[in-house]
Amino acid sequence: MKYKYVIIGNSIAAVGAVEAIRRNVKDGRIAIISNEKYHVYLRPLISYLLMGKTDENKMKYRDENFYSRNQCELKLNKTATMIDPDKKMVILDDGSDVSYEKLLVCTGSSPVIPPIPGLDKVKYKFAFTTLDDAKALGNVLKENIKVLIIGAGLIGLKCAEGISCCKDVEIISVDLSPKILSSILDDESSEIIRKHLEKNNIKFCLGHRIKEFKDNTAFLDDNSKIRFDVLIMAAGVRPNISLIKDIGGKTNKGIIIDERCQTSVPDIYAVGDCCESLDVSSGESKLMALLPNAYMQGECAGMNMSGADYVFDRAVPMNSISLFGKHIMTAGTYSGQVYYESNGKNYKSLFYSNNKLNGFILIENIEKAGIYVSLIREKNTA
Amino acid sequence: MKRVYVNEKWCLGCHLCEYYCAFASTNKIDMAYALKGIKINPRIRLEEADNISFAVSCRHCSEPLCVKGCITGALTKNDSVIMIDKEKCIGCFTCILSCPYGAVTISEDGVIQKCELCINTQERTHQCVRGCPNGAIVFEERGE
Repeated sequence: MKYKYVIIGNSIAAVGAVEAIRRNVKDGRIAIISNEKYHVYLRPLISYLLMGKTDENKMKYRDENFYSRNQCELKLNKTATMIDPDKKMVILDDGSDVSYEKLLVCTGSSPVIPPIPGLDKVKYKFAFTTLDDAKALGNVLKENIKVLIIGAGLIGLKCAEGISCCKDVEIISVDLSPKILSSILDDESSEIIRKHLEKNNIKFCLGHRIKEFKDNTAFLDDNSKIRFDVLIMAAGVRPNISLIKDIGGKTNKGIIIDERCQTSVPDIYAVGDCCESLDVSSGESKLMALLPNAYMQGECAGMNMSGADYVFDRAVPMNSISLFGKHIMTAGTYSGQVYYESNGKNYKSLFYSNNKLNGFILIENIEKAGIYVSLIREKNTA
Repeated sequence: MKRVYVNEKWCLGCHLCEYYCAFASTNKIDMAYALKGIKINPRIRLEEADNISFAVSCRHCSEPLCVKGCITGALTKNDSVIMIDKEKCIGCFTCILSCPYGAVTISEDGVIQKCELCINTQERTHQCVRGCPNGAIVFEERGE
């Protein structure tokens, strides 16, 4: 089948691209290839689905007619296995092929499965990044259950919150790092959130590694053991870069793209969690798996694929997360001098140098935090 | 595109716009009755320091970072107005983190609220503009 535009992946970045293409041009068929079976849905909402705060219908990112209105053909439950950049063709796992004029790779990331002996024998184990993960987990949750979560990062803790609505559930999170949310919080803010979570009956075993699983018991590096019924693997994610790497396109931890979201392979663009992007707050190329970035990069790629000239160079790492009613916002880079306020519950650190803001961590008192983000961004792009 | 603009030169810092805004969303007939004894939570907020004051509300940006960053699809832009679907919002506040104007705030029910140009109120006209006693708030085209 021949298409003007082919998009591998059917999440936020794909929607950004489709909407940009259609804003630009009305003609040219779009094919979207997805290895899932769903209408585009919001991954960050899967923990809210467990809590019953949303449902599958509300999780749809766009209305039912999104694809037909935008002349998109959906190829669901199909995995792109290879790109042939010479023939400008994508090969699917059912043996069929789809040819493109412009290709967008937004394949996202996959959960890291830690190489722990005995893990393969654990019966009830789940990752927590897709709707299918959440549904499968939801099916085994019941009263009086013990859940062990590997990882005390964003995914693990949102999962813990989602599960905590079960009656008499016991949740323990194990992490190699001595602190929780170590990728976005400093020591004191991490401590505040840990205490808050402990008050909400989440237990932690930090600074430890699981050596081995035997049946439903995890053995730790200090020879202690944790018995569990259900295991959640939330030890981070890895970008899905193989389609580009296999054809010699530039990759590092993620796919390398320029500020027009183009890869090093002609007519192939890549955006979203599978890519590295330039963090304007630090000037470094890094993985920034953030939903707002995914949309805006998708939009940028879509514009360029359909003939416009568009640049996205304003990515700043930023996170807004709430856990058991406490709101945390972070952005930018934690370097320079610090302006600091804390009362042990609410917390504010502003990091700055030469009178310009580099980054911040806020717990509660999050009003108008967007002004801070804007200051970080403008400082570096003005 | 027409927008609500505030001329800080004429702003008296009287906060009446905030009261009119809070009143508009109650859909009640009498302002005194509607707001008596409650702490208002308006969608327009006065910023003031030293001798300068001005009110800030949603700019309905042409490149709306709040809409593009919304993780639930609750924020959309229809006919130049950025609207919030409170049923879809789960209160993650990514929009608060995204808005460069600080114009998105938290509502009483834990989701977000923002200026929707009074299009869902019974008056259907901009109550902050109507209520400003000094003509400092206007709704006009400035050709940006």
